[in-house]
Amino acid sequence: MFDLIFTHFNYAVVIVLMMVGLYVIFATQNLIKKLVGLSVFQTSVFLLYITIGKVSGGQPPILVESHGGDHALLSEPVLVASAAPVATHSGAYGPEVLYSNPLPHVLILTAIVVGVATLAIGLALVVRIREVYSTIEKDEIDALDYHFNLEGIDG
Amino acid sequence: MDLLSFFPEWVMTHGAALLVVLPLLMGVVLAILPSEKLAWALAFIVALICSVLALGLVLQIFGGESLVYSMGGWDPPHGISYVVDALSAPVLLLISLMAVLCLLYAWPSVRAEVEPKKRAPFYAAFLVCMAGLLGMVVTGDAFNVFVFLEVSSISTYVLVGMGASRDRRALTASFNYLILGSIGATFFVVGLGFLFMETGTLNMADMARILRDLDGGSRVAQVAFAFIIIGLGLKLAMFPLHVWLPSAYAHSPSFVTAFLASTATKAALYLLLRFTFTIFDVNINYVGRAEMILLVGFGVAGMIFASLQAIFQTDARRTLAYSSVAQVGYMLLGIGLATAAGAAAGYLHLLNHAVIKGGLFICLGAMWYRFGITRISDFRGLSKTMPWTMGAFTISALSLIGVPFTAGFVSKVNLATAAANEGWWWAVGVIVITSILAIIYMGNILKEAYFKEPPVVNGAIVARNEAPLMMLIPMWALALASIAIGINSDLMVQAANGAAELLFPVTNALPGGVTP
Repeated sequence: MFDLIFTHFNYAVVIVLMMVGLYVIFATQNLIKKLVGLSVFQTSVFLLYITIGKVSGGQPPILVESHGGDHALLSEPVLVASAAPVATHSGAYGPEVLYSNPLPHVLILTAIVVGVATLAIGLALVVRIREVYSTIEKDEIDALDYHFNLEGIDG
Repeated sequence: MDLLSFFPEWVMTHGAALLVVLPLLMGVVLAILPSEKLAWALAFIVALICSVLALGLVLQIFGGESLVYSMGGWDPPHGISYVVDALSAPVLLLISLMAVLCLLYAWPSVRAEVEPKKRAPFYAAFLVCMAGLLGMVVTGDAFNVFVFLEVSSISTYVLVGMGASRDRRALTASFNYLILGSIGATFFVVGLGFLFMETGTLNMADMARILRDLDGGSRVAQVAFAFIIIGLGLKLAMFPLHVWLPSAYAHSPSFVTAFLASTATKAALYLLLRFTFTIFDVNINYVGRAEMILLVGFGVAGMIFASLQAIFQTDARRTLAYSSVAQVGYMLLGIGLATAAGAAAGYLHLLNHAVIKGGLFICLGAMWYRFGITRISDFRGLSKTMPWTMGAFTISALSLIGVPFTAGFVSKVNLATAAANEGWWWAVGVIVITSILAIIYMGNILKEAYFKEPPVVNGAIVARNEAPLMMLIPMWALALASIAIGINSDLMVQAANGAAELLFPVTNALPGGVTP
């Protein structure tokens, strides 16, 4: 059991963060805290994607000097782990390099930006809600709206 | 007559990309425009151009070829590809045409409902939302779907929140939608992550091929499927996940409601079709079971319970919002049948319901515009005070119920036939029962409007006060479209058959046009 947790430590953290985030969203009445919960929830996904991309023993996915020298990007070649020839990339671009998959990292950059935008809109809405209702507690807002509905000021 | 020859060559080659890029870029331009009139005119022109482009693409697809556009010249599966085929093209045309009609309606309605200095950015947010919806439908890259999903969602939160100047509850509605919508989108992206773990690709066609080779894949693919279904279920308001929808529809500006009701859930349903049938395969054991239990179960539950909830609403916009949840149930039932006929019927109902619900919400908006009413009890005598609006409302309402010679009848009959072919007679029964429930909740509104006298205000009976022409045009266009589909449904059935043909290798899933 503990073995599993420690070998899949990142995934365990992902699950914990995800559940904590979801719980906060639904348990709290405070709108700001709901947004905090949402951010924690989204962060768990960022970690999931970053974990997916990692190859054990893999180097950062940076182009190294090739044999031909055509594609040399770095003045000094990155030292490559000599062991673990698992899924190496050998091609025209350079010597055999075991590297992490950069694609999920790029993807999650997009998702991080989306998360920031969502948070910004959410906070802006909370500001407006506080201006109108003078409170940011969900239950108090519901109580205010209940009277609002009863008075028939609709539309 | 060969309509296709009117379109220049570049529409065919670059139309798919232009459809998304144009509204996205013009949205940015609109945001900095000082004048509301200029913003409206530009938005309208953009929507018109998009409709023409989408029409060109649809005509080409009906010609029998699908179109794959490689973004930036990077070929799939590594680059992002835009795919226009029989499944996506009709939805593209639907979204852009609804944008045009809703924008016509927006001219008077936004002036009444949104503060002056916010109007130009409002149209900007609308164009971005439209770009997001079109992008969701046209893209062939799974992660790109997520990006466009969020583009459309984030601008939708803004649009819904704009209703605050008319109804303060729009703010809380928008906030709830933001929380639930973000949870949905995050579930979707978790699913994509697992799918990427399983297949190592993001291109939809490539994913489908690899999953088929893996015979459905391991547990990772199953988890991915579960996350994607839940995420999309939140977005398309599948029954127990629909709680955001009624208040978002009831309190946002009426123009936004009309547009969202006819496009946003439809784009998400399109994605559900894509993911369950194209990427995953119904022949895969767990997919088939999930459709049978989840989609049909929640679809039918939604049809019954949302219809019942619709009956007990006092606000007409809430009634229609709950009815939207119920109608999503019909589409889910069609998809869950997992046969060519079922998917075609679900797809047909998707298109028809967009026409019907768009028209109904525009009529409700016009009634608010003239008299400031949304409560059903305030609808007394509307047939005398707003005869033209009430006429269009009645036609669309009958179509929603499924009266013969209307669009709703065509899709409901096709759905019932598809269910009966599978031997699901209980499903036919449920369709009939929920149609009766629809008679009750729409009848509540029609009864007030037709059989009661207009109210007396300040000692005088309320005089006739018809909606402005800019509102009458879109509502009657949609009402007449609904009748036209009901009388001759060949075109829509052809579109639905084309879509089903793509999902299942069977020709002519629906037997021609059902003419009553």
